[in-house]
Amino acid sequence: MSATKTFRVLPGFNLTLGYTLGYLSLIVLIPLAAVFLKTAELSLDEFWNVVTAPRVLASYKLSFGMSLLAAAINAVFGLMLAWALVRYSFPGKKLIDALVDLPFALPTAVAGISLTALYAKNGWFGQYLDPLGIQVAFKPLGVLVALVFIGLPFVVRTVQPILEDLDTELEEAATSLGARRWQAFRHVILPILFPALLTGFALAFARAVGEYGSVIFIAGNIPMVSEITPLMIITKLEQYDYAGATAIATVMLLLSFILLLIINGLQAWTAKRTGRDR
Amino acid sequence: MAGATTLHLGGDQATRFESRAATRETPLVKWLILGTALSFFTIFLLMPLIAVFIEALRKGWETYATALIDPDALSALRLTLLAAVIALPLNLVFGVCAAWAIAKFEFRGKHFLITLIDLPFSVSPVIAGLIYVLVFGAQGWFGPWLSEHDVKIIFAVPGIVLATVFVTFPFIARELIPLMQAQGKEEEEAAIVLGANGLQTFWHVTLPNIKWGLLYGVILTNARAMGEFGAVSVVSGHIRGETNTLPLHVEILYNEYQFAAAFAVASLLALLALVTLGIKTWVEHRAAVAYRNSQDDAS
Repeated sequence: MSATKTFRVLPGFNLTLGYTLGYLSLIVLIPLAAVFLKTAELSLDEFWNVVTAPRVLASYKLSFGMSLLAAAINAVFGLMLAWALVRYSFPGKKLIDALVDLPFALPTAVAGISLTALYAKNGWFGQYLDPLGIQVAFKPLGVLVALVFIGLPFVVRTVQPILEDLDTELEEAATSLGARRWQAFRHVILPILFPALLTGFALAFARAVGEYGSVIFIAGNIPMVSEITPLMIITKLEQYDYAGATAIATVMLLLSFILLLIINGLQAWTAKRTGRDR
Repeated sequence: MAGATTLHLGGDQATRFESRAATRETPLVKWLILGTALSFFTIFLLMPLIAVFIEALRKGWETYATALIDPDALSALRLTLLAAVIALPLNLVFGVCAAWAIAKFEFRGKHFLITLIDLPFSVSPVIAGLIYVLVFGAQGWFGPWLSEHDVKIIFAVPGIVLATVFVTFPFIARELIPLMQAQGKEEEEAAIVLGANGLQTFWHVTLPNIKWGLLYGVILTNARAMGEFGAVSVVSGHIRGETNTLPLHVEILYNEYQFAAAFAVASLLALLALVTLGIKTWVEHRAAVAYRNSQDDAS
């Protein structure tokens, strides 16, 4: 600590920071540390065998592949939806704007059973898709549908405020310099939106990888085919294989930390690119 | 991670873009974008919502009502409310403290602290449950001590409350930090210099400025607390009438092929989500009005 005590006008710094750190440690940090300590009980060989077992590898492939695909789909359609909400007037717009947050507010189990009802073989959509040879529920495609559902608001809500703040002068300048509408979008608007779009993509991906409730109902959970990684943790826990469950959790946690760092970097980039504070 | 959930105050500006040739698309492009966006919205968001209510009423009102007044459903409702009622004030006090320390003072490692507060957002709900099993479970750190003293945390109510606290941990803090940072500390410093004490300053100066953000954080926390599934599922043990929350009750009914009953209970949770979104829209509207008024006063 420095020798000269800094003078602070406002009271409560030690109290509030102390409480924050204490509560954070108690609820989040110490329990999370348990994951790494428990994993450390395994030898490196044992750890490696658990996290690279064929069934677990298949679950990574499904979880990461479908999460990437869902985030990409959301980036495209989320951008369109954000664009429509900011730039066009149409009836029911306020209602739609409010409902975009539905996946944040709707409990995941509710979303899960509802999506299953829609996409099951005899369901609302399923009965028309099945004759076409497209099966969604209880297949990897079902996982994708659920992950698109929960990821959509992340893209819309990160892109929307940037679009709202966009100066019309930029586009006017581009047009007066002879740019076509598409060129103005491609070379003027998209570069400004890009960091926010990428942030939304990363947020949707991060959420999708860890998602459990909305996926397990529609996935069917067939080993090697439609088991997601969080489900592998549950399966190990149900067999009282705590070390195995924790080893897989360690892999997922490490990935989450890396994603968190990337997202923080992206948000700083967005702030710099657009002059907004996050 | 909270970027996507924070309050934003954009008024409707569509006319600003549509009135100028340079920022307007040809009608064909416009209808193409609008059509695609709205179809996507309808298929992926609207239909799942509507399906909940229609499936719930498929077997008529009587089945619907029976599912809701079933003793197991009522006890699940009580536990859900209990978990929310405990988690909410805990995270409220934490959120206000964290925001005060972070927004009103400068210290080293501040950005790192914000990242740590965000951690629960990026941890899978299943892992959120697992960590408490590792700490308090039968084979966990405190397992032997707890069973010796006959205290049950995992597969009991305290575990459900803990998991709920974890998954809702950052919401209020994340809502307040940017808000209080944007407002600066001049007003509070003036109050202190004029002789107010810390609590008076917070109550009369800070709170009126942050009330809408605070309310929004509270309703988000509440919605997530009542709807959490994955984390609670790991620590609950699924004992009917004892450690079942509403979302877990939905799962049990669904797995027993009581679809109408499962959707009936689910419709309650969907209503909660709609109320949450309604309050959110209202709060955003009020905050926008307050913001415009303060801009008018300033000019």
